[in-house]
Amino acid sequence: MATTLHGSRRSGNPGGRSGGRPDGGAQNGSGTAIVERREAGWRRRDRWMGLVFVGPQLLGMCVFVLLPFAVGMVLAFAKWDGLTALEWVGTDNFAAQMANPEFLRAIINTVAIALITVPIGLALSLLIAVGLDRLRARTGYLIMYFAPVMTSSIAISLVWQQILRADGPLNSSFAKVFGIPGPDWLGDPRFVLPAVCIVTIWSSLGLNVIIFLAGLQGISPSILEAAKVDGAGPLRTMLRIRLPLLSPVVFFSTVVAVISSFQTFDVVFILTKGGGPDDSARTIVYQIYEDGFKNFEFGMASAASIILLLLTLLVTAVQLMLQRRFVHYES
Amino acid sequence: MRAAGRPARRHATGSRASRVLLHVFLGVGGFLMVAPFLWMLLTSFKSLPQIIADPLGLFPAPWNFANYADAWNAAPFGLAYWNSIYICVLTVAGTILTASMAAYAFARIDFKGSKFLFVLFLATQMVPQQVTIVPLYMIFSALGWVDTHLALIIPAVLCNPFAVFLVRQFIRSLPVELEEAARLDGAGRWRILFSVVLPNIKPGLAALSIVVALSAWNNFFLPLIVLNSEEQFTVPLLLSQFTGQYGGINYSLVMAASAISIVPMLIAFLIGNRKILNSMAMSGMGGS
Repeated sequence: MATTLHGSRRSGNPGGRSGGRPDGGAQNGSGTAIVERREAGWRRRDRWMGLVFVGPQLLGMCVFVLLPFAVGMVLAFAKWDGLTALEWVGTDNFAAQMANPEFLRAIINTVAIALITVPIGLALSLLIAVGLDRLRARTGYLIMYFAPVMTSSIAISLVWQQILRADGPLNSSFAKVFGIPGPDWLGDPRFVLPAVCIVTIWSSLGLNVIIFLAGLQGISPSILEAAKVDGAGPLRTMLRIRLPLLSPVVFFSTVVAVISSFQTFDVVFILTKGGGPDDSARTIVYQIYEDGFKNFEFGMASAASIILLLLTLLVTAVQLMLQRRFVHYES
Repeated sequence: MRAAGRPARRHATGSRASRVLLHVFLGVGGFLMVAPFLWMLLTSFKSLPQIIADPLGLFPAPWNFANYADAWNAAPFGLAYWNSIYICVLTVAGTILTASMAAYAFARIDFKGSKFLFVLFLATQMVPQQVTIVPLYMIFSALGWVDTHLALIIPAVLCNPFAVFLVRQFIRSLPVELEEAARLDGAGRWRILFSVVLPNIKPGLAALSIVVALSAWNNFFLPLIVLNSEEQFTVPLLLSQFTGQYGGINYSLVMAASAISIVPMLIAFLIGNRKILNSMAMSGMGGS
């Protein structure tokens, strides 16, 4: 890249362009005195201009993330219903939540939803993306797979609620094919969580399909050509070249999928109307909603929120550690 | 980013049999994805007795178009649509503006603390809204925003670290030289941003708009918590009322209401599918 007056001066500035890659020499003789003076004015103005430009988003972050975050941290150690006087209770809220069978159930369910939906969902998406990558005309398929992503989770849940009805179309066809009645998906505690997982996988599949497909399409043809010349077959190319090159995208999608599965709420809210029989599909976010906005126990809800955040951070940290071993980055 | 919907530049490989197998696999999968929508549409035209009597019957007999009128009249859908549309438009416009400004500062302006602030932005992305929802509600309450659309629009506009990150990626892909002519002409940062930088990243901003619009349109959690009166409801929130208040056991009414709330979106998707798919793929890959 040609070193220019402005480029060289502004190289190495914090948060500057080109990811900290220095542009090289700071010298060049083309600047006149006027330009020099103008430059000095620019840099002076930039000092506050930067803050002005960042201002709206910075304000939003402070008021709508950092402040509530701090308040939540404090509230978690208090008993408060928003009306009567606030009472400090130390770690009682955490102790109460951890002794609360409903909340323990919510943690188990939330983790189970992640453990079921993320691997199955991503594996299916990957399989479909690999298949689509081999096709020339794939737009029709893409539209089909992506349609649920465009759709409101509420409409999706309402439709599935009917499909999964004990006497609904799924069970009717099941009975017709196998001769035995299907399970009461939304009424039998053993089947509610699987039902939530099915709907979750179905509704988020398409997003990962197109992300993986874009990743596969981005692999340089010359690499694949080289593999072919070296005599690698399709399977070998897939396992040794395509998938390793795709691994950063898969990793990123895994992190996003885990975090969003930890936030499962809409599907449970509509499908089960209150966490399902025996709290069989109660999730942590559902618990937060119930504690905070139905029972007005702000302290309990805040404690649950912090536990959710810690769980999220823990799992993300583990994933980042695994990333070093399994994710291949092109140098 | 390579277009997800564009024809493959690689020629399809494998035998005819394997290609047929591939189409069978993708076709069955595709059918499973679309079947719930078809079922929704078919059911929305059936009568309740028919649904109960013949759960496997595919086609309505007769076709009850009145279900749609009933659903539309049962709840204020027109108002909910208007609410959703204007919230969506304001959210997109506002987000593009504030995110572009912040992104430009992070990409190009040398100011004190920019590195720290940028890391802070990235970190706040890790905090899901569900975690801060109780105190957030208190803040809305203190501001007098409960049961108003301000609670949906303002936080979305003023706090979208992902959008900032994405636009910063777009801006960084532009050569700085582009801005220099304008600088020599004496243009300030504002003019450079609006007349040089933003016009050059229009495709990226269009993609971001689609992503922001989709999440604003389908947002449910926040409207559920902040909106109380029905005339303020957004489309998903109004639709959720059909689980009890309006629909309950009336299956065809619920399906008609679901169709009313998603068919316009699906039609928009069918029309702009290429652009939407590419936008979602790009943002899903972090703007690369």
